[in-house]
Amino acid sequence: MDAVYIITTASLFAISCSLLGCFLILRRMAMVGDAISHAVLPGIVIAFLISGSRDSMQMILGAALLGVFTTFLIEFFHKRARLQTDAAIGVTFTWLFALGVILISVYAGQVDLDQECVLYGEIAYVPIDLWIRDGGQIMGPRALYVSGLILLVNILFLSIAYRFLHLTTFDPAYAASIGISIALWNYLLMGAVSMTTVAAFDSVGAILVVALFVVPPATAYLLTDELKTMMGISVLISIGISVLGYYLAVAIDGSIAGAIVSVAGVGFALAFLFSPQNGVLRRKKGSKTASLTFF
Amino acid sequence: MLETLKAFFSFSDPSIVSVTLGAVLLSASSAVVGTFTFLKKKALVGDAVAHAVLPGICLAFLLAGNKNPLFLLLGAFITGWISLVLIDWITARSKIKEDTAIALILSVFFGIGILLLTRIQHMGNAAQTGLQSFLFGKAAALVGQDLLIFGIVAVLLLCTVALFFKELKLIAFDEAFAQATGLPVRGLNLLLTTLTVLAVVTGIQAVGVVLMAAMLITPAAAARFWTDSVLRMTFIAAFMGAFAGLAGAFVSYAAPSMPTGPWIVMIISIIALFSFFFAPQRGILYRQYQQRKLQRQIMEENVLKELYHLGEKDKGAHKGRTIDDLIKERYFPEKQLRTALLRLRQKGWVERQNGHWKFTEAGQQKGRRVVKLHRLWEAYLSTYLKIAPDHVHEDAETIEHIITPELEAELEHMLDFPERDPHQSKIPY
Repeated sequence: MDAVYIITTASLFAISCSLLGCFLILRRMAMVGDAISHAVLPGIVIAFLISGSRDSMQMILGAALLGVFTTFLIEFFHKRARLQTDAAIGVTFTWLFALGVILISVYAGQVDLDQECVLYGEIAYVPIDLWIRDGGQIMGPRALYVSGLILLVNILFLSIAYRFLHLTTFDPAYAASIGISIALWNYLLMGAVSMTTVAAFDSVGAILVVALFVVPPATAYLLTDELKTMMGISVLISIGISVLGYYLAVAIDGSIAGAIVSVAGVGFALAFLFSPQNGVLRRKKGSKTASLTFF
Repeated sequence: MLETLKAFFSFSDPSIVSVTLGAVLLSASSAVVGTFTFLKKKALVGDAVAHAVLPGICLAFLLAGNKNPLFLLLGAFITGWISLVLIDWITARSKIKEDTAIALILSVFFGIGILLLTRIQHMGNAAQTGLQSFLFGKAAALVGQDLLIFGIVAVLLLCTVALFFKELKLIAFDEAFAQATGLPVRGLNLLLTTLTVLAVVTGIQAVGVVLMAAMLITPAAAARFWTDSVLRMTFIAAFMGAFAGLAGAFVSYAAPSMPTGPWIVMIISIIALFSFFFAPQRGILYRQYQQRKLQRQIMEENVLKELYHLGEKDKGAHKGRTIDDLIKERYFPEKQLRTALLRLRQKGWVERQNGHWKFTEAGQQKGRRVVKLHRLWEAYLSTYLKIAPDHVHEDAETIEHIITPELEAELEHMLDFPERDPHQSKIPY
């Protein structure tokens, strides 16, 4: 039963991340996602100190705001100080992450977060942390509910936002000309990314969550040119890597989140080499069309 | 506080000396290498390498069975290198963009590293304790053999950069030109890659995997705000890095429970934020000040220009005008107009007589010059660029505030002091 809980939780988080990730990589904001996942750390610590627990809704919302603030800060440094984007990202997230780690050491006694857990989480504890109702009724692992809820919120968000995100991603000039605010949808997307990061933080940590945002969509991107198909394939990949990753981790007795990401990496490598349209090995054979797609 | 400071800087404790020396050397050398990755706009690549060294360290430990720093360094070096090659390969050979490739390689390598690290920890091998210090660094515990090896690498890095300074500078700015002058661009890029990996491999000793990116990017980004010369930028970055290293070592001396790495990053980040806001020429505040100054100047010149226009219309150059007269001639927000007039009076360009504003001699000259530049530019646009007369006004409206006396003379000369502009208004000289 534990295996089912863990795999389901991992899959639900992975699906949330990869759905949002499709837009991140198409908007060339993969590293902004990476930055957000690091930068929410001080928000998590501060919310923890205020609310005293780490699974309140306020905490998720508060840290989500911090994620949006990170996006704003990156833009601010880029536009107002004319700092190149890559450096703006690098400076912002390392600074906020360092702040988070320092806060953890200062309040070591009061915050139940350790530094390693921040980096790669501990999804193996999911079945232990049960949600017990006031009446003493045991409802099952809490993370399962959180991951389900977050996925629901994300699906709801994307079904409303799909048209706008699609337009602002592929044709921002046209979107702006018909009165769609590019900044608004960008910040909403980043808000969703931050919220998902914070929710998945306990289970997969700050860095491995980036893998869930980027690797399944990138793999799917190699297999199709159509956004909806890409999202569909990402979902399938998310489930696949969660299952395989869990059993790999059990087999070699290592971190489950680490194993899920490793499997995702292998999946990407396979798609990169053998994808029917885009695979490196496939392309060499049909050299003429290959050179066309290459340039 | 002062006592601790004194005790720290007396360097009486030999361990303080080695920790400080280590932190300073590591921070300074990564700052120097980071300057070039920053200039090449590849700042985040360092972040990827920093994460990618983790599996190398773990593999080296699994193979060697102990924590010999040379082995770990070698393992880290190999996977760090592979990660860079893979990022390049993925970007070049598929439709995946660079940022995605970086994020992908970074997280997958780190995931593999975590898998191996947890596996090693679960094996219960006593030798593994302390391996996870690579995650967050252990600058405060750098002693003996470790320090010696990493110190040597840091010095090696600094010497190599000094030796190839000119070449590295060239490929950072203009690869095509470097190629044309016959420099081995591929080899130099390889050198920079190697230096980056080496800097990361040694730097994670001080601050750990995640924060290593800051050691490469932040000093360079901060230094960029203080100078336009690469040589000076490199020195400033190195100095800032060294200072952060020193300060970080001090913090962990004064408060041993504090993590050194994050403090080094915190201090260098504060320096960077300060630079972003307060640096002369490039800082946010200076830029804003310049912008406001320009806006004021434009406003003032526009007011003088309209005074001149009014004088032209009724041939009364020195007649007094009310605020309403001016607004009727051209719309200004009233409040802004009043403050602009007050500023003009302070400068001695207008005078006020019972509610009427009029030119002083100097003000009239200034207004005349703005009108002249406006009309000269209109004449230039229609004569040389063949732009229709009804299209030249907008452009002249902006450029009239920017034209320098040299350009003014050249325009006069090129157009041979024309009498009238395309709208048949007289150009005043």
